[in-house]
Amino acid sequence: MTRLMMPVALSVVLAFPAAAQDLRAPSEFESIADPSERSAAIFEEMGKVLTHPRCLNCHPKGDSPTQGDDMHPHMPPVVRGAADFGAPGMTCNTCHGPENYETVGVGGIESVPGHEPWSLAPVEMAWTDMSLGEICAQLKDPERNGDRTMDEIHDHMANDGLVGWGWDPGEGRTPAPGSQQLFGQLTRAWIDTGAACPG
Amino acid sequence: MTISFTVNGQDRSVDVDPDTPLLWVLRDELRLTGTKFGCGIAQCGACTVYLNGMTRRSCVTPISMVEGSDVTTIEGLSGPEAEAVQAAWTAIDVPQCGYCQSGQVMSATALLQQNGAPTDEDIDNAMAGNICRCATYVRIRQAIHDAAKTLEG
Amino acid sequence: MNIHTSRRGFLTGLIVAVALPQLARAEARPGYFNELPALDGDWAPNAFIRVAPDNTVTVLIKHIEFGQGPYTGLTTLVAEELDADWGQMRAAAAPADAEKYANMAFGMQGTGGSSSMANSFMQMRKAGAAARAMLVAAAAEKFGVPADQITIEKGVLKAGDQSASFGELAEAAASQTAPDDPQVKSPDQFRLIGTDLPKVDTKAKTDGQAEFSLDVYLDGMLTAVVAHPPKFGATVASVDDSAALQVAGVQKVAQIPQGVAVYADNTFAALKGRAALEIDWDDSSAETRSTDQMIDQWTAAARATGHAARDWEVEATGDVDQALSGAEMVEATYVFPYLAHTPMEPLDGVIRLGDREADVWMGSQMQTGDVGTLASTLGIQNVRLNTMLAGGSFGRRAQPDAHFAAELGEVAKAHGPGAVKLLWTREDDIQGGYYRPLTVHNIRAALDADGNITAWDHGIAAQPIFIGTPFEGMLQGGPDFSAFEGASELRYTTANHRLRWAQMESPVTTLWWRSVGHSHTGFAVECFVDELLEKAGRDPIEGRLALLGDDHPREKGVLQRVAQMADMSGDFGYGVAVVKSFDSYVAQIAEVEDRGGIPHVRRVWCAVDCGLAVNPNIVRAQMEGGIGYGLSAVLFSEITLDQGGTIRQQNWDSYPIMRIPQMPAVEVEIVQSAEPPTGVGEPGTPPIGPAVANAWRRMTGKALRRLPIVPVA
Repeated sequence: MTRLMMPVALSVVLAFPAAAQDLRAPSEFESIADPSERSAAIFEEMGKVLTHPRCLNCHPKGDSPTQGDDMHPHMPPVVRGAADFGAPGMTCNTCHGPENYETVGVGGIESVPGHEPWSLAPVEMAWTDMSLGEICAQLKDPERNGDRTMDEIHDHMANDGLVGWGWDPGEGRTPAPGSQQLFGQLTRAWIDTGAACPG
Repeated sequence: MTISFTVNGQDRSVDVDPDTPLLWVLRDELRLTGTKFGCGIAQCGACTVYLNGMTRRSCVTPISMVEGSDVTTIEGLSGPEAEAVQAAWTAIDVPQCGYCQSGQVMSATALLQQNGAPTDEDIDNAMAGNICRCATYVRIRQAIHDAAKTLEG
Repeated sequence: MNIHTSRRGFLTGLIVAVALPQLARAEARPGYFNELPALDGDWAPNAFIRVAPDNTVTVLIKHIEFGQGPYTGLTTLVAEELDADWGQMRAAAAPADAEKYANMAFGMQGTGGSSSMANSFMQMRKAGAAARAMLVAAAAEKFGVPADQITIEKGVLKAGDQSASFGELAEAAASQTAPDDPQVKSPDQFRLIGTDLPKVDTKAKTDGQAEFSLDVYLDGMLTAVVAHPPKFGATVASVDDSAALQVAGVQKVAQIPQGVAVYADNTFAALKGRAALEIDWDDSSAETRSTDQMIDQWTAAARATGHAARDWEVEATGDVDQALSGAEMVEATYVFPYLAHTPMEPLDGVIRLGDREADVWMGSQMQTGDVGTLASTLGIQNVRLNTMLAGGSFGRRAQPDAHFAAELGEVAKAHGPGAVKLLWTREDDIQGGYYRPLTVHNIRAALDADGNITAWDHGIAAQPIFIGTPFEGMLQGGPDFSAFEGASELRYTTANHRLRWAQMESPVTTLWWRSVGHSHTGFAVECFVDELLEKAGRDPIEGRLALLGDDHPREKGVLQRVAQMADMSGDFGYGVAVVKSFDSYVAQIAEVEDRGGIPHVRRVWCAVDCGLAVNPNIVRAQMEGGIGYGLSAVLFSEITLDQGGTIRQQNWDSYPIMRIPQMPAVEVEIVQSAEPPTGVGEPGTPPIGPAVANAWRRMTGKALRRLPIVPVA
């Protein structure tokens, strides 16, 4: 009996075995003597966050985000639109409010995620289907990181509210590992050690 | 908790649980019944209203978020795009059961307010969040094109 | 916001709805009434027609309107015989009254089997013709001329330079004798029938004014939701309602046979209260098999006897076993999942219980059964049912066991006198059962050297729909045709034919789902015959025409028509199917694109023969919608149970249905016919699945035998 499977499953490969993940502090990498090696190792640790479904879902390569810990296609179907904010007539804020909204007494999803602002990452900052090394190179490339300096990258990782949503994603979603504070510290340590990329 | 906002240009205040979805405030408190319940989780679009001029699924909008905002429902929908959409809907008898059509009309009008000459793809993208279980989609596409032509003059 | 007042104050003030779609008296467009206007001042020539002094003609529609068009179609029949102006026509729901308003096909009031137009066609025309005769007689008296000199055009009776409207003549017409057997028009006299008259309910359905059961608000009304068992056949073991009763606005919690009801001042409080209930469920009688396990059992039962609660041999001609033995056999097994209907408006209703009487507002599809059940549940005689517009049904609101009316009655009984709205949420709907039965087909066939089918051995495993309900008597002890209709009386001639039905059992409740048995038999038969034709090297259309022989001219007619319509020159897959259901004949050709291994249906051509098309625009709309509905199920939808019996789907996120990007362009042509009108609500649905699957197989070589084609893992 032939039955086709939706591409749902294809992207699951990238989905993180999230629950078990903890994020290590920069101090745990001090034993690596070579600064470049240490830097790359710290970036790999950052990768636990960068490749977590909470981040990947809204850094898609294509035209549409994914959702859920299994990174299934966004339902209802939505597109990125000219401003990474959805299509005219169905912009992101049609459903996503300024904060997470926990549904009460209805089934299907436990909460609708929300934050102000809420949008997709620009397509040049897409991470899906990329190796950590490729993501790293992209992060450092002003052409593909929103023309950010390394300090601004740190600021984005450490302080941006929508990035921070990854650790407070609402009922029914696994938070990104660690905390935004720790992630900021890792980013700082990575930059201070030369912002090397894994091989 | 008392929440104040405007609905269709009129000042309204309600004293309700702040988590109450706007949908149920519109229906149960204000008796504006054109906005429908279909799923409760922003899957179907039957509850679409405008919040400060933008489309919004009222079933996932806590009333606490609406404080000080302007809400437009199907009952208060007006303007050239709305008139063109409703005329086009009527001309080719889009609705079947009709239950989803308030939401369809709200989304279609919002689309035309932002894009006066949508392609089939633009229409599909804007309307993908509005389920019609009768599958009147062929006519929804047609009516939006017809309305766009009317607006062109 | 428009607040229309009633024509003559017929609103009793009980309904507090802010907006009502009544039409101002001078407005020259057709319309409908939410509630039947009071009779005072109207002339009622019969049970179906009321002529008001303001010259509006209201037709009482005995069938529920949920998009399939009876408000417009049945009103057209009356307007035709009256030669009325379409703008003066109104429709209103007839009261629940099995004597006056029975479906002639059922013997009770109800809607289903795509029968509204077919069973009403002569009845409504005669009602119109009777009124016409009385108006003409009144005009003849008034004008002082013989009746045969009176003409009627657009609602005006004329003789010479004298004229009068229906409204002006109503009082005089009331004293005329109604003819016993009024003469109806011959088809060549039709002016309205066969034209695309605008629907009476469209305007109110584009401006939010149409009123559904959900929109009924009564003074002091509470809203109730019910916690239903999470598994089929489970019951309440114990309930702790203390947290629920703490929720602000929750007034009461009551255990009823269907579960635990929570009553509150508003919907949100009711939902919040239900979420706060702590219930222990008794699973000892529950279905605990997974649907995967059921599919294995159903498959065994479809292939051979001895695996079912009961095996029925439905049809047998020739000697199938003999013909199959030694022949080159082709065999295929098709698996169809449980399907929920998911109408946009979930099940809901409002009841006001008084002293030994009740008023009820609901989208009742079987008024007679619903009223009877409400009356017996409440132990009262007097139940007045207002049939509301309903937000879709697709079979869901036609309940042989009247389970929703029973629940509404229990909710009212546990509450006592007063008004309550009962609302099912989407997950109540999707997890609530009454599904299209999970069904497995197994077909074995043999071909001779010329490619003719010499044997066809067909086994179907499915739960019944009629058996075990009050409708079982209809079967007179025979098998439940809902499981195999469309596979019986096989149209593709073969001398050796056998059809078996394996009657399966489960606590999972089943119901007719748009096109009932044809929703799976159409797929199995049309896919299998297409494979046989391909094996025999025959063209799918020419091959079908040959197999259909001389006894199926209308199937052949739609096949030939759709073949003319379709442009199959693209670089895509093309597939055809033809299915007769509910006495209508529909052939479809689908153009299918391979999008990354998933079929995307680009275009569909559809030819339909439904006899006389009373309103061709509605017929086309029903074909478009039927195609979308069928495609939705074939591509995406299924209800599955995990091992242990937990239902996996809850809402439309996990029970995906067709959205606009997936909807193909649809072109419909109606075969001209002088035959009486037949159904159009359901017949558009069965052919689309096999047309798509056949296109896919011919394009990719892969036969699709398990639905949905694209399951959500």
